[in-house]
Amino acid sequence: MTFRNAYRKAVNNVMLTLTGVCAVITVSTLFIILAYLVYNGGKSVNLDFFIKLPLGTGETGGGMANAIVGSGEIILFASLIGIPIGFFTGVYLSEWGGQGSVYSFVVRYMNDLLNGVPSIVIGIFAATVLVKPLHHFSAIAGGFALSLMLIPITAKNTEQFLSEVPRALREGSYALGATKWRTIASVVVPAARKGIMTGIILGVARISGESAPLLFTSFNNQVWSNGIQDPVASLPVMIYSHAISPYDDWHRQAWAAGLVLLVLVLIANIAARLILTRGSSPGRG
Amino acid sequence: MTPMRAKSAPPSTDMNDTSEAIVPDQTPSAKSHPAPQSGPVPQAAARPAEAKMQAKNVNFHYGTFKALHDISLEFPANKVTALIGPSGCGKSTFLRSLNRINDTIRGARIDGEITLDGEDILKMDVTSLRRRVGMVFQRPNPFPKSIFENVAYGIRVNGLASRSELPGIVEKSLRRAALWEEVKDKLQESANALSGGQQQRLCIARGLAVDPEVLLLDEPCSALDPIATAKIEDLLVAIKDQCTIVIVTHNMQQAARVADSTGFFLLGKLIEHDRTDVIFKNPSKKETEDYITGRFG
Repeated sequence: MTFRNAYRKAVNNVMLTLTGVCAVITVSTLFIILAYLVYNGGKSVNLDFFIKLPLGTGETGGGMANAIVGSGEIILFASLIGIPIGFFTGVYLSEWGGQGSVYSFVVRYMNDLLNGVPSIVIGIFAATVLVKPLHHFSAIAGGFALSLMLIPITAKNTEQFLSEVPRALREGSYALGATKWRTIASVVVPAARKGIMTGIILGVARISGESAPLLFTSFNNQVWSNGIQDPVASLPVMIYSHAISPYDDWHRQAWAAGLVLLVLVLIANIAARLILTRGSSPGRG
Repeated sequence: MTPMRAKSAPPSTDMNDTSEAIVPDQTPSAKSHPAPQSGPVPQAAARPAEAKMQAKNVNFHYGTFKALHDISLEFPANKVTALIGPSGCGKSTFLRSLNRINDTIRGARIDGEITLDGEDILKMDVTSLRRRVGMVFQRPNPFPKSIFENVAYGIRVNGLASRSELPGIVEKSLRRAALWEEVKDKLQESANALSGGQQQRLCIARGLAVDPEVLLLDEPCSALDPIATAKIEDLLVAIKDQCTIVIVTHNMQQAARVADSTGFFLLGKLIEHDRTDVIFKNPSKKETEDYITGRFG
């Protein structure tokens, strides 16, 4: 009996230690990355980084103003395409695509598959349909590639939060003579609004750091781009091109870009958490 | 409460055809359905015993499960009708058929005839049916909006009144639901901040705002304390001169307090329907007597 008890206690302690150590590894990985980035990037980032253009090969100084604006431009395109399509797909799957429907099973499954397609493949696909026929890289092609990543994230998240809205709320609306679409638009979506918005912000944050889909689509640009049909610089691609270069000052710039990108993503994350926790009313999300 | 034994309990073989045989003999005028009327139906005060809604041989299936067997029942205008019976007996399913809210459930199927003012509701446009036949649910289900917006919702979705008329209608509806005094200073606050009893009265106000001809209530007090329950019962009695009320309840005292007539359901069948005092004092069926005296259910 005492042996049995000691054994049970030992197992308990071993498992507690094991799970605890894994948790520490997870958290500390993030902190090591953060600390390293803040240390290296903090030294490198300065006002010039935000307001100046990159200088020529091997020159010291300059900044990545064009890449910051370019990233914003590409993400804006991606959001304009990806958020509405993803959102409405999610609404369809949750509200019209029941469990028994073959069509929505296929849509749901394809959506999951699209979510799992490697980002480099997405980039090649976007290059094939938008860059090759038009014969030049462009901000639009980059935005299109990223939107293909944003659609499945948004759709999945929207479907999940909508299907958590209690049936009683929908019935309350139907019982007053509201149509199905009116019920969705006026009751169901507002009830799930915070979750959906949080998911969208996190999705946008997730695609902001993607470089692979942009390598063959928006490419890169050392100066301001002339328009949305032109190649455009972006932070992730800048990090890539600067980090593999042989010049110390470019490495410094890459660290700065990494830090700026990370801070932007963190801000988006925190904003999303605030939205989700602040206005949430008791009982209903 | 002990029923008189003068009417001996029917032999149990009768059970299967009881539902067809039920005609409330105390209200002979309700037996004959009013001739179909053209044009707007005059408000019911003139002929209070007319059937506002009538169900004839209603059968209901959830997939392969038959939930209702051949239900025929009529609801006289401006009266409160209670539906009682043990859990799972079909009374809620039947109530939910009266505004076709069951249409939204996959695999649900209904046959038979249900009429509202003589018009078949199964052929009616479902949104206009639900505007005329309101519903209050078992658990309060206010929308996650302000108190004002909750009450205004039905008006807005049906386009029943202009924006400037809304505040007046909202106030009137809240007054009818005996909630106005408690919420008049916080109309813009979230409805979720109200207590359970207040939320349920808000849901009643929301239903009343569109001026329904019939109000269906599905165990509206089962989640509420006795004080909130008393308030809701009072308001049901107060509003019945303006609409016809059908209430499903587990609470037999509640049925006795508010209902003019009561129907007893068992295993998907309507066993008996009569004046409430007859059902409770002198039921003609043994199953009814057993249920109300607490022998089962």
